[in-house]
Amino acid sequence: MLAVNALRRLHITVSFELNDGECIALQGPSGVGKSQLLRALSDLDPNNGFIKLDGISREAMPAPAWRKLVTYVAAEPGWWGDTVQEHFATWDKAIPLVERLGLPPACGAWAIRRLSTGEKQRLGLVRALLLHSRVFLLDEPTSALDATSTAAVETIVAERVATGTSVIWSTHDGAQARRVGSRLFLMSSNGSIEEQAL
Amino acid sequence: MTYINLTYGDLVLPALLVVVNGVISLVLHLKLERQLAWATARMTVQLLLVGYVLTFLFAAVSPLWTALAAFIMVLFASREIVVRQKRKLQGFWTYGLGAGCTLLASGTVTTFALLTQLRPEPWYHPRYALPLLGMILGNTMTGISLGVDVLTNGVVRERAAVEARLALGGTRYQALLPVIRDALRSGFMPTINGMAATGLVSLPGMMTGQILAGVEPIEAVKYQLLIMFLIAGGTGLGTLAAVVGGARLLTDHRHRLRLERIDGEPG
Repeated sequence: MLAVNALRRLHITVSFELNDGECIALQGPSGVGKSQLLRALSDLDPNNGFIKLDGISREAMPAPAWRKLVTYVAAEPGWWGDTVQEHFATWDKAIPLVERLGLPPACGAWAIRRLSTGEKQRLGLVRALLLHSRVFLLDEPTSALDATSTAAVETIVAERVATGTSVIWSTHDGAQARRVGSRLFLMSSNGSIEEQAL
Repeated sequence: MTYINLTYGDLVLPALLVVVNGVISLVLHLKLERQLAWATARMTVQLLLVGYVLTFLFAAVSPLWTALAAFIMVLFASREIVVRQKRKLQGFWTYGLGAGCTLLASGTVTTFALLTQLRPEPWYHPRYALPLLGMILGNTMTGISLGVDVLTNGVVRERAAVEARLALGGTRYQALLPVIRDALRSGFMPTINGMAATGLVSLPGMMTGQILAGVEPIEAVKYQLLIMFLIAGGTGLGTLAAVVGGARLLTDHRHRLRLERIDGEPG
């Protein structure tokens, strides 16, 4: 369980609990701070407050170890190499997920600069899913995808949730929030979150 | 050993060459004549001043005066490093990083050469210490300013890639490694190019100076080789310290990117 107590980042102050095998859908207008909240949970930006995973405080472990457990997946993932497979420790392990998301196994040799936004988004998600983190913080993970790819992403994430992984899924799509979330949080401009009925 | 003494009068005719440049600027409307006049006047005053200061220092042979002169040289070098940055670090580190690394690298290498190779009496004799420091400082300064410039620009440009690595559980050094490598390459390149071209494309100033002063060419070459090795060592050490130190300053203990520590960058 991820327990968040008085987490503060810029104008945001939140407290909540995320149970194992639970997906919280996070909604709110653009610019309200959803990405900032997800990044703060993964400790990517300076923030204050108390966060524990299974009773262990994040300060008790090095930040890289924390991020392997509580992993932020950006809407527009970054790339540091020239080809797709340079971003994976073992490309072979990525192939099953890559295929399920509608990409060919040969895309490992593709140049990053030739990828479309949607391809980057799917490959960025695969790259994160291979970490087998306890918590995934998905920042609009299907914002650049068509209906088929969106459905594939939702299915894969639902399978992970069913096996105990926890997820916070930020989305502007109300219907998607109801499909993927077991709870719905609405974030307002004052930086607070309020639980809404699904 | 023969040495041809110059009088101030001997400099008048060569100075006319600069006047010719000014005439060219006027005729072709290059609008460089004011700059040219200012640069010439500045250079003349600066060099004459340095000449008198060095004369005083060489006569004094005082560790205190020598250290003060070295300190002032390092301050000017760190100012040059900052001026050459497109993106500057905030607060103390604006000057602190360049000054610290310049002092560390140039000081270490100069002291090393004085104590092990040249061994003047006393070891800090300003006739040896200050020209040596000056040559090493100039090159170290170039390496450091290039390295830090490429680092800060690279981190801002590659922010998404760096943060992707951090988000996936990479350490700050793993995440910044490609940018660090680019920065180190840029810092080392002028020295490597300089070494490769020396003797073929250009005769180094110090060696030429010694030859003009009557030193046998092969003796001058030995001195030049020593200086080039020291410059390579100083530049390598200084650039490494500045780039790794800069990478550390642009991140924090929780392996987070802290771009707000660069002037004008949002967090």
